[in-house]
Amino acid sequence: MQASPPATHQETVRFAFNSSLPIFFGYVILGTGYGLYMHNLGFDFWFPTIMAAVVYGGSVEFILASMLVQSFLPGNVVLITLVVGFRQFFYGLSMLKKYRGAGWRKFFLIYGLTDETFVVNYSLSIPKEYDRYSVYTLISLFDHSYWILGAFLGGALGSLVGKQIPGMDFVMTALFIALAVDQFQKEKDHLSSTSGVIVTIACLLVFGKTYFLVATLLVLVVEYAIIYWRREKRGTKNDAD
Amino acid sequence: MTLTEQIICIALAALANFATRLTPFLLFRTEAATPDFVTGLGKFLPAAIMGMLVIYCYRNVNWLGGTHGLPEVIAGVVTVIVHLWKHSLFLTLIVGTLCYMLLINFVF
Repeated sequence: MQASPPATHQETVRFAFNSSLPIFFGYVILGTGYGLYMHNLGFDFWFPTIMAAVVYGGSVEFILASMLVQSFLPGNVVLITLVVGFRQFFYGLSMLKKYRGAGWRKFFLIYGLTDETFVVNYSLSIPKEYDRYSVYTLISLFDHSYWILGAFLGGALGSLVGKQIPGMDFVMTALFIALAVDQFQKEKDHLSSTSGVIVTIACLLVFGKTYFLVATLLVLVVEYAIIYWRREKRGTKNDAD
Repeated sequence: MTLTEQIICIALAALANFATRLTPFLLFRTEAATPDFVTGLGKFLPAAIMGMLVIYCYRNVNWLGGTHGLPEVIAGVVTVIVHLWKHSLFLTLIVGTLCYMLLINFVF
């Protein structure tokens, strides 16, 4: 059997574009919701557009937008972003091998490592005739542009309508509820989800609106440390038996 | 916040978000080199964060006065039901948000 000749640049772009298509619809629609959400908070269309380009993280941008209309607490912004984006750390871990050797393109690959791009690039099987680094990079860039496009459309749509639409802000609540329901259905035990809800409510009551997220995160990490420590202790005891 | 303060926050969030994606590439050469505690935390935290973000969205609800959070709770329940029923993120977002808009504009 003869090996297929390397794909042309055009073929590579087409392959990457087709692989990214499912994300197109998702990102444009969610991005539009996000653009509208920011419009409703009182921002011009270029705010969501630039944030989509620079920050590039769905949940993080919603939360950030809601923090931009509160008092200036840069430390809070950094901590919340780190924690909400924490899961991306594990996407990076899973992609260490696949992205090794990508050279200058690695910056774009890492910058664009969102939930959706991770899922596509992680599970994609690339025929031999394509340069896989080019495919990964193009998919990452396509996805990023869909998100920017969606945010722009939402912001622009908001500007066209002009006034704020009362109740539009519920789109963020609905997003997180949907994600929480998905998480709840796929997990084996509900300790973490229920802790998240209960600890957050408790911290909101005790610490108030400004600091409850930070407090919640600390409590959750301590909770996990205790679970980890107890499991370790049990593990070493079993080994001794 | 002033415009400058907003730009600072956006830049910080962009850096922090990029940092969560970049760190594994700086720290580890293989997945196996990650400490157990970190891996375990990565399995434990995301579910809790989802719950936390839902509560975050409800932080401004006035439970004791006004509409007592009824529109927020009703729209939230509708969102859960639609999502359990169809499992389509976009349908859920559209129905949930429309439901809330109708409730606060015409019912309450």
